[in-house]
Amino acid sequence: MSRIPLPYTQKVLDLFRNPKNLGKLEDANVIAVAGNPACGDMITFYMKINDQEVIEKITFESYGCAANIATASIVTEMIKGLNVKSAWKDVTWKKVTEEVGGLPNVKFHCGILAVGAVKRAIRKYYKKKGSVPSWLPNEFTFEEKQALEEEELAKKLSKKLKAVDEK
Amino acid sequence: MVENVRDLLKAHEGIKREVFLDNENSTKVAKEVVDAMLPYYSQRGYGNPTLTHKPGWEAFETIMGASQKISKFLGAKILEEVTFTPGSTEANNLALMGAAFANKHKGKKIVISAIEPINVLHVTELLRKFGFTTTKIPVDPEGFIDLEKLKEAVDKETVLASIATVNNEIGTVQPVKEALDIVKDKNPEALFHTDASDAYGRIPFNVQHFRVDLATVSSYKILGPRGVGALYVKEGVNVAKILEGQIGTQKLWPGVENTPLIVGFTKASELAFQDFAATATHMRKLRDKLVDGIFTKLQDVKLNGATGDKRAPDNANISFLRCEGEALTIELSLAGVYVSSGSACSRRLLQPSHVLVAIGRKFSEAHGSILMKTTLYHTEEDITHVLEVLPNAVNRIRGIVGSTGVD
Repeated sequence: MSRIPLPYTQKVLDLFRNPKNLGKLEDANVIAVAGNPACGDMITFYMKINDQEVIEKITFESYGCAANIATASIVTEMIKGLNVKSAWKDVTWKKVTEEVGGLPNVKFHCGILAVGAVKRAIRKYYKKKGSVPSWLPNEFTFEEKQALEEEELAKKLSKKLKAVDEK
Repeated sequence: MVENVRDLLKAHEGIKREVFLDNENSTKVAKEVVDAMLPYYSQRGYGNPTLTHKPGWEAFETIMGASQKISKFLGAKILEEVTFTPGSTEANNLALMGAAFANKHKGKKIVISAIEPINVLHVTELLRKFGFTTTKIPVDPEGFIDLEKLKEAVDKETVLASIATVNNEIGTVQPVKEALDIVKDKNPEALFHTDASDAYGRIPFNVQHFRVDLATVSSYKILGPRGVGALYVKEGVNVAKILEGQIGTQKLWPGVENTPLIVGFTKASELAFQDFAATATHMRKLRDKLVDGIFTKLQDVKLNGATGDKRAPDNANISFLRCEGEALTIELSLAGVYVSSGSACSRRLLQPSHVLVAIGRKFSEAHGSILMKTTLYHTEEDITHVLEVLPNAVNRIRGIVGSTGVD
């Protein structure tokens, strides 16, 4: 892998400097986390979903790089006011990447992680509600799989490094 | 992508004061050094030093003079013990591969510390393909090598040990002489290499005094130009070439000698050694002001590495808890303060700094680490400015993190 000076777009830089919908949400009814501090890449979304299944409010916290912050921020803007079904179907990592004007290849995983966290939140919402709609697939989406993979990798890494340390 | 970088640069317009503290990864070249180099590009000594004409003889004379001076600064006995290389990466590759290949009949075990620079670590991984095995000696929470474990690791099969004199990330000064005694006591045939890139020009370092067989030094780490360094190889020690090509004045490194860079390296060495104690005092004073100021102004910060005189005078490596390092380097850059981080994101690898992990820092502590190095050219006002900018930057990033990412 070559090292390039991470050419973030103006949009990423703007969102990094002035993130939207930042912080905890007091009246959230769904909270979802994706990522792992071991990778230095972690996002929390707080959502308030109303009885009409509309995402009324969404905020985020991000432990990560500028791309992580920017993609989490844009996701809150893209999702706010959507009903859960369209949030699930229409907000993909590719769209998120487009919305921030593109990302360096090594940072694609930031957008993927953000969307993975949203999908996790939606599953959590229906699990809590006790009814799963027919449009919600049982199988994990690409973004959810990637988020899981990153978390697994982080766990393995922790174990491996600990093992080396103990040697 | 280049357009994006232009926008990023535009976002820096209007910065009134800039302080460059990322002297681990590259440096400004001192003006005196550039002035010394310039004539060698087009006025004199621009010939190939192995050829029989005036510009060639000028280059030969210049390079031999430079070897003489660098030998003196290193404490080498004769100038033939110094080989100029294109940098410390190349010098470390030459030291490890060259010594391993030339002495493989003596054994195929290599011993290094767990916190060696990447250009040593990765070479030992490459050497596995050639049948060499490597033992990594653990370090304590301050980064000091475990001498008992070193003693256990060295045996009759050990061909080479490599332990950096000063760790490049956390500034810990290793007990190199004690380590060397242990290695030679267990196996007098084993060679001892040290990467002295972060020691040269900052702490007293002398190859005779340390009795090492091989030592790496780098030009840019003492504010000389990038692209040049040197490997000291004690007279009588066998090292094989690792590149093939036209051999010139440097018998271990082929290719046409880069006379201007060698001149720059030599000038930078002269500047570093002309007032050695005063320079070290200056770097230490500013480093201490920086570290003390950060500890006064911010909570939840940790110094990484040793304290007191067992730490290099220029090194400040601090972990800001609940703060991600790459985000912090960008925030600081937009305020004119240039630093680097041990964060995985910043390094474009999945793992955070192996050095910080080896001294027992948690991942979140490693991801939130910032490395800064002071130089002769920094002023009190520079550090005061950094201490004004840094707390705001850390607090803003911590505001984005909230309670996420605390392990």
